[in-house]
Amino acid sequence: MGTANSSPGRSETATAAILCHGLAKFYGEVRAVDGLDLEVRYGECFGLLGPNGAGKTTTIEILEGLTAPDAGDVRVLGRRWGTHERELRGRLGISLQETRFSDKLTVFETLDLFRSLYPRGREPEQLLADLSLEEKRDARVGKLSGGQRQRLAVACALAGDPEILFLDEPTTGLDPQSRHQLWDKMESFRAAGRTVLLTTHYMEEAERLCDRVAVVDHGKIIAQGSPAELVAGLRAPHIVEFASEPALSAEDLKALPGVRDCRRRDDRWFVSVAALVDAVPALLSRLDRGGSRLLSLSTHRATLEDVFISLTGRELRDE
Amino acid sequence: MSSRRPPLYALTRARVLEFIREPEAVFWVFAFPVIMALVLGFAFRDHAPERLPIGVAGEAGLRQLGGAPLTSSALKTVPFATLEEGLRALRTGKIALLIENREPLVYHFDPTRPDARLARLEVDDAIQRAAGRKDPVERREVPMHEKGSRYIDFLLPGILGLNLMGTGIWGIGFGIVNARLKKTLKLMTATPMRKSEYLLAQIFSRFVFLVLEIAVILLFGVLAFGVPIRGSLMLLLLTALLGSLSFAGLGLLVAARAQTLEAASGLMNFVMVPMWLLSGVFFSAERFPKAAQPLIQALPLTALNDALRAVMLEGKGLPAITGQLLLLAAWGLVTFAIALKIFRWQ
Repeated sequence: MGTANSSPGRSETATAAILCHGLAKFYGEVRAVDGLDLEVRYGECFGLLGPNGAGKTTTIEILEGLTAPDAGDVRVLGRRWGTHERELRGRLGISLQETRFSDKLTVFETLDLFRSLYPRGREPEQLLADLSLEEKRDARVGKLSGGQRQRLAVACALAGDPEILFLDEPTTGLDPQSRHQLWDKMESFRAAGRTVLLTTHYMEEAERLCDRVAVVDHGKIIAQGSPAELVAGLRAPHIVEFASEPALSAEDLKALPGVRDCRRRDDRWFVSVAALVDAVPALLSRLDRGGSRLLSLSTHRATLEDVFISLTGRELRDE
Repeated sequence: MSSRRPPLYALTRARVLEFIREPEAVFWVFAFPVIMALVLGFAFRDHAPERLPIGVAGEAGLRQLGGAPLTSSALKTVPFATLEEGLRALRTGKIALLIENREPLVYHFDPTRPDARLARLEVDDAIQRAAGRKDPVERREVPMHEKGSRYIDFLLPGILGLNLMGTGIWGIGFGIVNARLKKTLKLMTATPMRKSEYLLAQIFSRFVFLVLEIAVILLFGVLAFGVPIRGSLMLLLLTALLGSLSFAGLGLLVAARAQTLEAASGLMNFVMVPMWLLSGVFFSAERFPKAAQPLIQALPLTALNDALRAVMLEGKGLPAITGQLLLLAAWGLVTFAIALKIFRWQ
């Protein structure tokens, strides 16, 4: 655990910052993680994407060395938790889902405390500036808004100037402004060449931040790649969204050329199609023939949300 | 980088700050023992012994009994016009004894009542002496009103011990269970912090308040009741420190695995209530049966109370209380070691 060992261990492990193999964790009958393989490269932002209960938190906590897996092999920065825990703790930054800091301490005192726990790291004043918390320097943690608290959690995770930053659902429950603010911070951390592993069930977050994502469902990875690759892998990379009066039926839509799938939300149809040039004219003439009036029509490229639906048949957001 | 403080210092400081920003906690540590000592001190304060009421019935009336006036500071005489009236007062317990004033004098009293027997002795003594009895044996009486032997003197070290137990076990136990519930414990273990340092910081944060806690209680005892402190203050502080260590260890152990505040609070009561009762806070632990003594003497609060009383009231030095101090240290170290081993961080 000397200082000579604590430089990033790229040479000994090729390019993987985090590598795991055949990871499994059971809680009684529940297979929270069920044979999961993962490789996170140095300097990338990697997202574990999936609905609540998919096994994301269990997975990230195993990788963080906080939960022992029932099976599988984990290497972080080329080290194993069993033999190099203390060294790894000093080189990683971790933000848990829903941690509450002591309400009685100020923001500065909390950062000062966390800084003191790391052998090297960033000074509290610098962390305050990095996470735009200067104005709240002397405010009690109990008085902070949700977004400010979450930024404090990330600031604490950065106190040891980590090589890898682990974030479990960092923006869940935040308002859009706070979310964007946090995204900016994570992007600048990654821009500094550091590695980020985050879990999320927000598509938008994964698409904006992640170089690569793994879609997790029932404790397994069901798809992996960059957001663009995953979307391109869909047989129907375009979505036509429309409403008409009277509405068409699913059978009507499935009969159109290039339509792979369709789903309805309220009065609106979301139709997955292979090519817009085939599907849209056919849809318009079908409406025309049936005497339906078109109320709205728009198209967009498929997103990770559509990827998830096409992989699982379910929607990702749990409303 | 030079600004980095040792983790143990930073953790202790954070815990101290948390504590002083919790007004209720401050109240329970400092105000509660003072209020308790005040109430109990007044309830059991020294006052002149009550005068026993006795009745005198007969024509000659008061103060002419057996030819001499009846004078005793222990008696209060009530005259009755008739014997019947006097006997009625005796039966209903309004007087302890009735003197029928005739020749010879008649004492009416119930010999099964201790106060009646006492009245009989006092009355006869006063009458016989007034009539000119000479006591053949000379003697001298020394009334005990000395500071250091009153109930409040006994009580105050007990309250100090009790308070050290309460603040140690509650303060540490609740702090830890709360941190576990909020997942801050889990987050702390995700840093390079040493787990023993976290637990040690909990104990050290108690020590920070120890001096103040002791000072408040002792100062109150000295100023309000004139409770003596005969032994060395440093030895008293050392005793309190080791006592606090033993309770801090117990607090850690109680909180080592508890997942909810309710579970922790049940365990704390399980640990503390027996000591409240058995460890000689309000009355001497030696009143319990001999068979129970080995167990009672092994309790940390008993050892602490005995040692505090020995130093404060008897002015004893270190050799006299070494046994108790070693016992307290052992309690602290063993409970700490077990707590560290079985501690649940998540």
